[in-house]
Amino acid sequence: MNSPITVYVPRDASALSLGADKVARAIVAEAKARNLDVQLVRNGSRGLFWLEPLVEVATPAGRVAYGPVKARDVAGLFDAGFLDAGEHPLALGLTEEIDYLKRQQRLTFARAGITDPLSLADYIAHDGYRGLKRALAIGSEAIIAEVLESGLRGRGGAAFPTGIKWRTVAGCEAAQKYIVCNADEGDSGTFSDRMVMEDDPFVLIEGMTIAALAVGATEGYIYLRSEYPHAEAALQATIATANAEGYLGDDILGSGKAFHLHLRRGAGAYVCGEETSLLESLEGKRGEVRPKPPLPAIEGLFGQPTVINNVISLASVPIILDKGGAYYKDYGMGRSLGTLPIQLTGNIARGGLIELAFGITLRELLYDYGGGSASGRPIRAVQVGGPLGAYLPEAQFDTPLDYEAFAALGAVLGHGGIVVFDDTVDMADMARYAMEFCAIESCGKCTPCRIGSTRGEELLEQIIVARSEGPQPGRIELLKSLCDTMLGASLCALGGMTPYPVLSALNHFPEDFGVSQDAAEAR
Amino acid sequence: MATLPQRFDPEQYQAVTREVLAAHRDEPGALLPILHDIQDRLGAVPPEVLPLIAEDLCLSRAEVHGVVSFYHDFRASPPGRVHLKLCQAEACQSMGAKALTAELQEKLGLQLGETRPDGSLTLEAVYCLGNCACAPNAMLNGELHGRVDVEDLLDLLEEQEARV
Repeated sequence: MNSPITVYVPRDASALSLGADKVARAIVAEAKARNLDVQLVRNGSRGLFWLEPLVEVATPAGRVAYGPVKARDVAGLFDAGFLDAGEHPLALGLTEEIDYLKRQQRLTFARAGITDPLSLADYIAHDGYRGLKRALAIGSEAIIAEVLESGLRGRGGAAFPTGIKWRTVAGCEAAQKYIVCNADEGDSGTFSDRMVMEDDPFVLIEGMTIAALAVGATEGYIYLRSEYPHAEAALQATIATANAEGYLGDDILGSGKAFHLHLRRGAGAYVCGEETSLLESLEGKRGEVRPKPPLPAIEGLFGQPTVINNVISLASVPIILDKGGAYYKDYGMGRSLGTLPIQLTGNIARGGLIELAFGITLRELLYDYGGGSASGRPIRAVQVGGPLGAYLPEAQFDTPLDYEAFAALGAVLGHGGIVVFDDTVDMADMARYAMEFCAIESCGKCTPCRIGSTRGEELLEQIIVARSEGPQPGRIELLKSLCDTMLGASLCALGGMTPYPVLSALNHFPEDFGVSQDAAEAR
Repeated sequence: MATLPQRFDPEQYQAVTREVLAAHRDEPGALLPILHDIQDRLGAVPPEVLPLIAEDLCLSRAEVHGVVSFYHDFRASPPGRVHLKLCQAEACQSMGAKALTAELQEKLGLQLGETRPDGSLTLEAVYCLGNCACAPNAMLNGELHGRVDVEDLLDLLEEQEARV
């Protein structure tokens, strides 16, 4: 009897949302009916979401891909001999040779889609836990030096240098320190955190463990949003495995160092993605924002020094420790070093995860990778950086993805999410929605955000109703003044950045607000 | 997701609450996990259990109420047996989520945030399910569905209603 042929069907939530479980069941049933020996592996996703469910077959030449596969295609795939890389209309050739994937620079996502996310053996076989071993060998100061050298900046959106945060916590004297992972990925247009947690969860656990060694923390929390049940299951399973195998717990790999990792589920509050609000929530309180200072690095969770980092920041640490800060720093431009996992979403033909060095332009992403809009209509606007990010018009599509280049435009890179809109979008309505979302999600602590968002939504409703009757300079002035107050006087980014999408929509698309282009430029 | 009772037996919910509180006794800042565990088992956090929680955690009832009411996830009564969440965030809007929502609301005779009087269906808004490259998205009794249209959703609802 021949050895079984390995077939991969992703277990990632996106693949599941498009029927991957049905495809997997159909493959098993069809193989059995045909008396073929197939070993099914539920891998992570490669992040080529227009091709999901993406089925792969291991062949002597490498893994070959078929997609997007529906359950009803499965019998035909067997007929076409897909187990021997047979020709079929859904055949995509060698997975690694798919242009969209081949042109990427996958560092943080090196294993995503390749391994079985729940298998520690698979993780280790693909260079996993090499960073932790080196970290244990070199000790706290040298770990922090590597992270500083790498130039890694917080990938959650604020882009604060990770190494400096760690150095601050390491320098604090305290009986207890904490590592907190911000996995409250609430921004529309983002899913890279979710992909790490579902498709390669050990890399996050390893990154948090290295952070703990660096600063002398023994307790850690992952604060995960409740909208991610698959990520929760994957983390529960892998944390249990890591504990059982000595990668977490009282004595990490026989080093005598302890790190206990806990998983906490959020409860549907967007504002808890703000770090101080998240800490309040972890303490069992309303997720209201704390004034800063004190910084969480000095007085964080339960008043103790706390490293709080985004999933992607922490998941980038293992490769930095494994290959060195200098290796990571070689990617990128200016002060934006390393790679950024970009999420191309919304009205786009080929949406997915694109991990690349900083510096690629929006235009290359939208057209070379994304293939233009999904609807086939012209792309009119993109929102970069989540609900608090600015809208960019076509005139700005040549901007390179770089923190400073975006800041110069009054925009943000944020968590690397790009939402694409075609020419049917009503930008005044998107501005109204930004205010509405802020009103729904405001924690209520500060007045500019709590009241400003509601007044802003009302004002934009009035503008939309009256826009066909000609310019309304009074309302537009009032909106700008309100945005100015929110920008300057809000306690956190929710109220403070909601004006970004509102003002960018107004400035770049004044015609949607009943203001002529000329009139807008004159102001 | 289990089929959820529409009415609580006070003895049952008190017993569940005590069990949950005992399980989290030594955990710092455990209020959210406690509330989640109660809701996972009862389908809701009934207002009647708040005094029990407050006493156990040495908090005031107002503090516990403040936390419960802060978070969108916690509900005072269970959702319908079929629970459909429709994403309303930007990426889904770019793929027609607003028109989809309007059409579905009309076909079902139910608005976002409402539950049918017979407890068969709850329709709810959600802001991002993390599947933004496959918009528009919906979550049906905890299962994610991508690139949905009205016909898909009506089929899925029918299938789910038959199941529960």
